[in-house]
Amino acid sequence: MWDYVKLVVLGVVAVFAAIAANYAHDLPYQVNAIVVMLAAAITFIWVARRMGEPVTVAVNEYNDGVVRAGVIATAFWGVVGFLVGVVIAFQLAFPALNIPGVEGILNFGRLRPLHTSAVIFAFGGNALICTAFYVVQRTSAARLWGGNLAWFVFWGWQLMIVLAATSYVLGGSQGKEYAETVWYIDWWIVVVWVSFLLVFLGTVIMRKEPHIYVANWFYLSFIVTVALLHVVNNLAIPVSFLSSKSVSLFSGVQDAMTQWWYGHNAVGFFLTAGFLGMMYYFVPKQAERPVFSYKLSIIHFWALIFLYIWAGPHHLHYTALPDWASTLGMVFSIMLWMPSWGGMINGLMTLSGAWDKLRTDPIIRMMVVSIGFYGMSTFEGPMMSIKAVNSLSHYTDWTIGHVHSGALGWNGMITFGALYFLVPRLWNRERLYSLSLVSWHFWLATIGIVLYASSMWVTGIMEGLMWREVDANGFLVNAFADTVAAKFPMYVVRALGGVMFLSGAIIMCYNLWMTVRAQPAKAAVNANNFVPAE
Amino acid sequence: MCAKQVKKPGEVPTTGHEWDGIREYDNPMPRWWLWTFYLTIIWAIGYTIAYPAWPLISSATQGMTGETAAGDTRLAVAEEIKRFDDANAPIKAKLVAADLNAISTDPELDGYAKAAGAAVFKTWCAQCHGAGAAGNKGYPNLLDDDWLWGGTMEDIHTTVTHGIRNTTDADARYSEMPKFGADGLLEKPQIEEVVEYVLQISGQEHDATKAAAGATVFADNCAACHAENGTGDRAQGAPNLTDAVWLYGGDRATITETVTNARFGVMPNWNARLTEDQIRAVSVYVHSLGGGE
Repeated sequence: MWDYVKLVVLGVVAVFAAIAANYAHDLPYQVNAIVVMLAAAITFIWVARRMGEPVTVAVNEYNDGVVRAGVIATAFWGVVGFLVGVVIAFQLAFPALNIPGVEGILNFGRLRPLHTSAVIFAFGGNALICTAFYVVQRTSAARLWGGNLAWFVFWGWQLMIVLAATSYVLGGSQGKEYAETVWYIDWWIVVVWVSFLLVFLGTVIMRKEPHIYVANWFYLSFIVTVALLHVVNNLAIPVSFLSSKSVSLFSGVQDAMTQWWYGHNAVGFFLTAGFLGMMYYFVPKQAERPVFSYKLSIIHFWALIFLYIWAGPHHLHYTALPDWASTLGMVFSIMLWMPSWGGMINGLMTLSGAWDKLRTDPIIRMMVVSIGFYGMSTFEGPMMSIKAVNSLSHYTDWTIGHVHSGALGWNGMITFGALYFLVPRLWNRERLYSLSLVSWHFWLATIGIVLYASSMWVTGIMEGLMWREVDANGFLVNAFADTVAAKFPMYVVRALGGVMFLSGAIIMCYNLWMTVRAQPAKAAVNANNFVPAE
Repeated sequence: MCAKQVKKPGEVPTTGHEWDGIREYDNPMPRWWLWTFYLTIIWAIGYTIAYPAWPLISSATQGMTGETAAGDTRLAVAEEIKRFDDANAPIKAKLVAADLNAISTDPELDGYAKAAGAAVFKTWCAQCHGAGAAGNKGYPNLLDDDWLWGGTMEDIHTTVTHGIRNTTDADARYSEMPKFGADGLLEKPQIEEVVEYVLQISGQEHDATKAAAGATVFADNCAACHAENGTGDRAQGAPNLTDAVWLYGGDRATITETVTNARFGVMPNWNARLTEDQIRAVSVYVHSLGGGE
């Protein structure tokens, strides 16, 4: 019966998507409608072929299939996102790479949101979803709630990524940074995200442990807050149901403020709170040490989520934003410094007593560097939010360097660590294929990040100083184009740093692939067996 | 699950919770961490008292320092601009009153005009003429002594003030090259011939037979503006065709395109956007770049 309902719904969706594609007002909408039609049709066939098969649900086991799929998706989208990043880094250094024939589709303006969305939402999003599913099951001693809903979250998220990517390159964009997805994709994100929340919350509620582990507080705060941010920032009225265009409900400085309330907390909850959830599970597991301080984790969690949400206005210093809002954004950012560092302290101090592992375990080394970059960028952020510093750093490459030391260093490295931890366990392998390849990945990524961040500090501070340089009579000394020319060498260094980071990720993919393909299976009992807590 | 951690003697106790083998120490929060956190909170409260911060019903608290009395940091920027404007006011007045050709004889005025002109150029002119004034296709190089409309101080000043071929200033410099091909003024073979002739007089590789025929076409159609010998006419902004300096390009295909569809380069009249002292300053700057007459 349930299968028939699915078939009817999928069939109706496919037909309506085909009709929508036919009457589409613009190309991104048309291509997106065709993608939806194909997705619905493929799922229709998949469901139809499995009609009447006996359903076997291993209620006594963790649902690790969806985590395995998430690990593959994370590695795949990671490489795609890094590759696009390398391409646009070279486009900035060598504008001729905005190839004339395919201009529009492959120029910097279209590829830039493709890169940011691919690394944040495709790589980071998949990493968060799959580790959340893994961690919440282990720390709740319960199978994922909601049956196949977890699979819906996984495939729904991949569909979102494909829709967003195809729409960006064809010019479909809301023009809001990190929220470029057009209105109907925003709606789809809401559906998938609420399903994610239900699966996660359902599992936490069904847990067999008396307490909720700290990692799950962070994951839950990330899921709930991102839902809120996403809905409010994307409130818009479509100009037509057959068009990708829509008009925001906000205008002027209110629109800018809403956007940066969203944008800042996308960093705060997606890239900080969510990844802290990851850190709180994988670091103590890999180090085999208890978490340093329970008290610290409580205080820094509540302080972090309370303070982060107010800090958005620091993205709009010296704009049309009123001074009072600017001041509040700045002081909340300064107060955020220690709550952010609470996570760093808890992560690093968890390793105390296991420092010797730094020599032998490249995965621990990756996690330590990750936490180090986390600490560095959560100090840099509050510093850059100070108005006097911001008047120099704003609109310069310093911001880009700051974002990447956080994104490549913190988010990237902790995710790599988690993937190296997960793959042997999920595929039931004794160990990774090669630890020396992990070391190679570690050094390539670390040196790549250092090249990236330091070249952007240099260009950022240089161009900030060049922009404000005036002579004795108060006249500007440099033309804008002079700053662009001066930045060229550092842009090449940055792109090379990106190449190193990408190479490391490709080595990781090879290593993980060989772990699954070539390593002997673990002889012991099935590690996936559900073991209730004592 | 089994706990792999072994408690060492003297170790801090854990909270007793355990998840998938993970336990938590009951360590206190580091004191330096806690005190730094308190300090940032105290500082934040102080800062919000000192500066505009808390939103009220129809306005916001203005801050005790009074440093930004109107609650507006833009004032600080406006004050700094005013300080420079006041300091520069006498020399600006002197620049506006001066005879254009006498500016270079007064070192103080000349130095000021070049610095001010360079800033004006970087802000308003570099987009088309390039940051170094070397020009681009369709936008003349201002570093050489090849001038379309003249390179004396008066000529440059007039060009900057009124612009070229714009529709916003009745005094703009104006001339229009006919579209010899598009409007059917010349047949295709004639265009080919005249192009060869232009290649010849500019000292490039050409077809001698066609060029000979082209000389007649040139005399009948082009010489009125570009002069009998092709050296151009500054009164009409008609370029010299005998040198190696080309605004749009001097190869066969580009010249053919120019003859067929003509060119109509436009420059805005800057009297609508810049003050007289700025126009004079940028004229002095451009004049000083190397080609000023």
